[in-house]
Amino acid sequence: MTRRWFWPSFGLPGVVWLVLLFLVPTYAVLAVAFGTVDPIFQTPVPIWNPLHWEFGAMETVLRGLAPGHTFWIVFVRTLGYVTIALAGCLLIGYPVAYYLARHAGRMKGALLVLLIIPFWVSYLMRMLAWVGLLLPDGLVNRVLLDLGVISHPHLWLAGQASSVIFALIYGYVPYLILPLFAVLDRIDRSVLEAGRDLGGSPFRTFLHVTLPLSKNGILAASVLIALPMFGDYYTNDVISNSPRTSMIGNQINLFFQGGAEQAVGASLVIVLSLFLAVLMSYYLWITVRASAETKDSLL
Amino acid sequence: MRRVRDWFANPWGQPRFLGAFTWLYMIWSIVPVIIAIVFSFNNGRSRSVWQGFSTRWWWGDPYNSVLHDPVLRGALEQSLRLAGFDMLIAVPIGVGLALGLTRWRGYGNRPVNYLMLFPLVTPEIVMAVSLLLVFDHLYHVPFGTEAQILGQVTFSISYVVIIIRGRLLSIGPEYEEAARDLGASQLGAFRLVLLPLLAPAIFASLIVVFALSIDDFVVTQYMSANQQTQTVPILIYQTVRGTATPALNAVASVMVFATLSTVALAYLVYRWAARSQPAGHSALGDIAGVT
Repeated sequence: MTRRWFWPSFGLPGVVWLVLLFLVPTYAVLAVAFGTVDPIFQTPVPIWNPLHWEFGAMETVLRGLAPGHTFWIVFVRTLGYVTIALAGCLLIGYPVAYYLARHAGRMKGALLVLLIIPFWVSYLMRMLAWVGLLLPDGLVNRVLLDLGVISHPHLWLAGQASSVIFALIYGYVPYLILPLFAVLDRIDRSVLEAGRDLGGSPFRTFLHVTLPLSKNGILAASVLIALPMFGDYYTNDVISNSPRTSMIGNQINLFFQGGAEQAVGASLVIVLSLFLAVLMSYYLWITVRASAETKDSLL
Repeated sequence: MRRVRDWFANPWGQPRFLGAFTWLYMIWSIVPVIIAIVFSFNNGRSRSVWQGFSTRWWWGDPYNSVLHDPVLRGALEQSLRLAGFDMLIAVPIGVGLALGLTRWRGYGNRPVNYLMLFPLVTPEIVMAVSLLLVFDHLYHVPFGTEAQILGQVTFSISYVVIIIRGRLLSIGPEYEEAARDLGASQLGAFRLVLLPLLAPAIFASLIVVFALSIDDFVVTQYMSANQQTQTVPILIYQTVRGTATPALNAVASVMVFATLSTVALAYLVYRWAARSQPAGHSALGDIAGVT
């Protein structure tokens, strides 16, 4: 006989785990952000009852978010860096994914392996590699000096916005290419042939068939790498380590690694999460829709 | 410009420009890492100027080599320890959750599905801060190895669920139904039919969780207590801008070799194990952890 609780009991440990270590912690951020500070020890005291919440820390954050103030400057900078890095990733990633999906031929397997290798090399190892190359006496400067492009060593690692954006592109582009490749690879060739047969020029076929068919993939992959970039602080710390290029992640990190004002940091986390909620819900929506479609096609 | 138009012009021809671009990208993405590995064999303190070949930073130097420096060895051991525990805990929980989500169609299904997907889209710093605050103010879990394991398992579960669920959907319910028709109990059908069919996907999840854990920085750093609970990524973060020697490159290289050889081996085992399985997911896709 079939027991009703057979399958749910399999899922129970996972559900309990995620409630205790994902949902409750998320609420803890609210409780600390809207909590108070111990008058003697100056440590944060969370308030768990929403009816007693205090909004002092959130006011500090919102005041800092007014145009021209600290958090505003950091926030706009983050938005700028992420936008440029995302554009860079797409400019590099789309052609690569397109070639892999459409033209790689016999080399497809080898190229896919090369494409996947960065996934298995720790992110910080890949940053370490660039630190070595970008040091004042590193390979990049020596090549540029030899070529006569620069006359004295450039300090790439001393608070350069361009270095940070470059590192972000280098760090995140593999995570964009693979999902893009998956989408482009799935496009049926007969659709392209139809576009050509109906008299579309190759360029128009690309514009009106391939591009619209990969639009959702582009959006999903962009969201997938934009979300972690918005919370990134380590790329910046490793490549620049200067307040001149500080991003929102660095700002949050500052409040928790040795900083005292946890409530302000927690409020900043809430503001960031609300801002990213749009991107997150979009990604969740297409993921759930996609998995619903696979289920339909398989049943 | 003509070249650029040419690859649009003939989508089935050989677009040389695009091919060259792709190969350049591959070189750009991998060569820096190879150079960093090469510099771990530098015969000098510099990580950027080549001073001849030596293995002093690997084992030669009695104090500062990977083999002898307790800090470097400690970081390696901590990385591997966390990966081991993460695999042991996250994979069974994730497999269970995937089974519950696919086989059980009740009211709770949809909210649990969202709960499972949320850790995948939450920026890591948000998750790390929330774990830090809840451990600090509510659960009173001391920071260190235990907290690091709890944190890593939390974000690993969702990946396991995605991989296992993909496999479950491609297997379908028929095999189990056949077993039940032939008189197997519900548990028997699960143990004797479904579990062996899931074995390759479970294996792939183990590898993916291993890599997730080894690579993780943010949550692991927030949950760490002191130098004893430092992992290799934390060590890189702390020392890469300072006076680190090529021994840092060496310890990072050990991790690269460990991960790549595990994956390569896993891929071969996976292909061998999945050879007689119903078609569906590509092994490469499962191993890469991409769905």
